[in-house]
Amino acid sequence: MKVKLAISKPTVGASGKTGSWRTFRPVVSHETCTKCGNCYRFCPDAAIDTEFNIDYDFCKGCGICVEVCPKSCIKLIREDE
Amino acid sequence: MTGNTEKENVSVDYFESGHRACGGCGPALAGKLIARAAGPNTIIVASTGCMEVFSTPYPETAWKTPWIHSLFQNAAAVASGVEASLKRQGRDEKVIVIAGDGATFDIGMLCISGMFERGHDVTYICYDNEAYMNTGIQRSGATPFDASTTTSPAGKLSNGNSRPKKDIPAILAAHGSPYVATTSIATPKDLMDKVKRALSIKGPCYIQVHAPCCTGWGFDGCKTMELGRLALNSGLWVNYEMVNGVVEKVKKVKRIPVDDYLKAQKRFRHLYRPQENKDEIAKIQAIADSNAQKYGIDIPVKK
Repeated sequence: MKVKLAISKPTVGASGKTGSWRTFRPVVSHETCTKCGNCYRFCPDAAIDTEFNIDYDFCKGCGICVEVCPKSCIKLIREDE
Repeated sequence: MTGNTEKENVSVDYFESGHRACGGCGPALAGKLIARAAGPNTIIVASTGCMEVFSTPYPETAWKTPWIHSLFQNAAAVASGVEASLKRQGRDEKVIVIAGDGATFDIGMLCISGMFERGHDVTYICYDNEAYMNTGIQRSGATPFDASTTTSPAGKLSNGNSRPKKDIPAILAAHGSPYVATTSIATPKDLMDKVKRALSIKGPCYIQVHAPCCTGWGFDGCKTMELGRLALNSGLWVNYEMVNGVVEKVKKVKRIPVDDYLKAQKRFRHLYRPQENKDEIAKIQAIADSNAQKYGIDIPVKK
């Protein structure tokens, strides 16, 4: 008899592409960015990498990166614009 | 808020994107930072709660490290077993418990007490979002004074939760824990340092992470860090380290009135509407003042 254990396998996007939840899209202006790393550190979805590019497949558009950016170089733009 | 990403020397996240937490979730950030600080050689034990539900929808998981969940109340007991087995096999994996405040303050207290009394080499981390958020914002032992929840609703005859927050760090320090700390997601460097320090210390360590919950507390998801900072600056949350029962390091702040913190949240809205309830706000201010006096968080002002 083959016993099936309830074991979950690690995957990127355990709940699918959560980027579809987004209403506002954060856009980084790399020209004014001072690379302080606040957005990378504070993103609850780990959607910002060390080069400060946002992974729009998983960004939920919460806007925390916009709030913590000391140079205000991340802007929120409506998805339908 | 300081330091470069290069200094932290992290390239891989062991808590992946794509979990089903709310946008702007405080506990999700806590999970990410804990996993980042702990690294790959870790076994995570979770209790039931938001963190378990949003990160591991069967048959998938957002954790890249071994992760086990059994019941609401027994995360500490499961971790004790895992640690004892690793010890028997001569393996060096670190064991971390990540549990919510409901599982820590109320339901799991018995098992936690057992684990700390037996002295297992486990780091117990409680992400404190101050109510049972996963099941619909019921009050827990961690709910602060006068917060309105679904089981302590504010109304004509009530001002919300009538009891202050339970002092779990003191209880666990009294068990003889070598390291007890509190931290907040608004201070990520501090959080990661404390996790690393707790993992390097042998014996049962406890860390309590203040994690604002946008859904339960009633504020916009982008304000999570601001709320964390307001709690620290008002004195309603104190970041400190207790080594062998003695408070060593305390984060000092320039204190602000509690009003800014209370006004930002829907769960304290009844204190300001229809008119300002000065008596109750004064009671909350008294809690902040007694915290400030107890831990000495005020920066002395030069006159």
